[in-house]
Amino acid sequence: MTEWLMTLVGEDRPGIVARVTRALADAGVSLGEASMLRLGGSFTIMMRVSAPDGEAALRQALAPVLADLGLRMHLDRVVADAEGHPPPNVRVRVSGADRTGIVADVTGALLEAGFNILELESAVAGEAGNPLYIMTIEGHSDQPVENLRRAIDGLAVDASVSAIETLIG
Amino acid sequence: MAIREILKLPDPRLKQVSAPVERFDEALRAFIADLEETRQAGPAAVGIAAPQVGHFQRIVILDCSTTRKPVPNHGHLVLVNPEITEWDGYEIGREGCLSVPDYTGNVIRATRIHLKARDARGEPLEFDMEGFEARAAQHEIDHLDGLLFVDRVVSRRTDLFRRKVYQKGGRKKAEEA
Repeated sequence: MTEWLMTLVGEDRPGIVARVTRALADAGVSLGEASMLRLGGSFTIMMRVSAPDGEAALRQALAPVLADLGLRMHLDRVVADAEGHPPPNVRVRVSGADRTGIVADVTGALLEAGFNILELESAVAGEAGNPLYIMTIEGHSDQPVENLRRAIDGLAVDASVSAIETLIG
Repeated sequence: MAIREILKLPDPRLKQVSAPVERFDEALRAFIADLEETRQAGPAAVGIAAPQVGHFQRIVILDCSTTRKPVPNHGHLVLVNPEITEWDGYEIGREGCLSVPDYTGNVIRATRIHLKARDARGEPLEFDMEGFEARAAQHEIDHLDGLLFVDRVVSRRTDLFRRKVYQKGGRKKAEEA
């Protein structure tokens, strides 16, 4: 069965998740990992779906509900993932006065130091006129944590790098 | 000695509450040997609980002495009828489980605990644990109450600073959480 990465974006309103997933279930489509999140006034869905009858049938099954809810859809074929779910072993937390380029500076330095991002979450908090940027990154690196710490040390942000020791029990 | 089969979610038996051990006999020690052999046979687990192999008695094994980065620990421990009597602080950490392959998630646990238990011969034990070892003890003792870490996984975005877990009150609170 072919697997797709489905991206849906539209103005947030109650019922998006329930109605989209109902239409997919009725079409025999099964869902895999997903990230569903309100960003600004929009609701965003990214999820892996397995469609038994191919792309055309998948699009057709969803068309009415997408039109009704004003959602835009994008489909990509899922590339076979031999690695499964490598757990992150490093967490980077960043906070500081919001300015253009924080993410580029931090992630660029981490990339050069040999760090691969698995997940990134960020928010802009604080008061209007005094915005605060907060970001948490989890990822994987074969480098010692000290090397990553040194890599972002010179940047004008408050950042911490810590090892994640995953407990298996 | 024998390697036992590990129960995996969604096996409903993992949600069962285990009974206290009452007889500290050869059968208990033979089972503990099996449990240890099973722990060592799988992916590097720092602990295992009896219900994970379908044996519903309050027995766990912990060993945080071999982590990649050394952590404070009490070595290899067999804990029978363990009870956490004090909790202090809380912190987030990543956990996985022999009973939930290919999934890890962030869980809030108490930073420091005081734990009472019996050893395999029924002798009383007491420990003050912190950090990773305290986390492992809480993870394993949860199994004895039919709780898995997936029942406690939090989203950083919404939960981390708003939710309090592990206040005093022991098992009852754990069930509510």
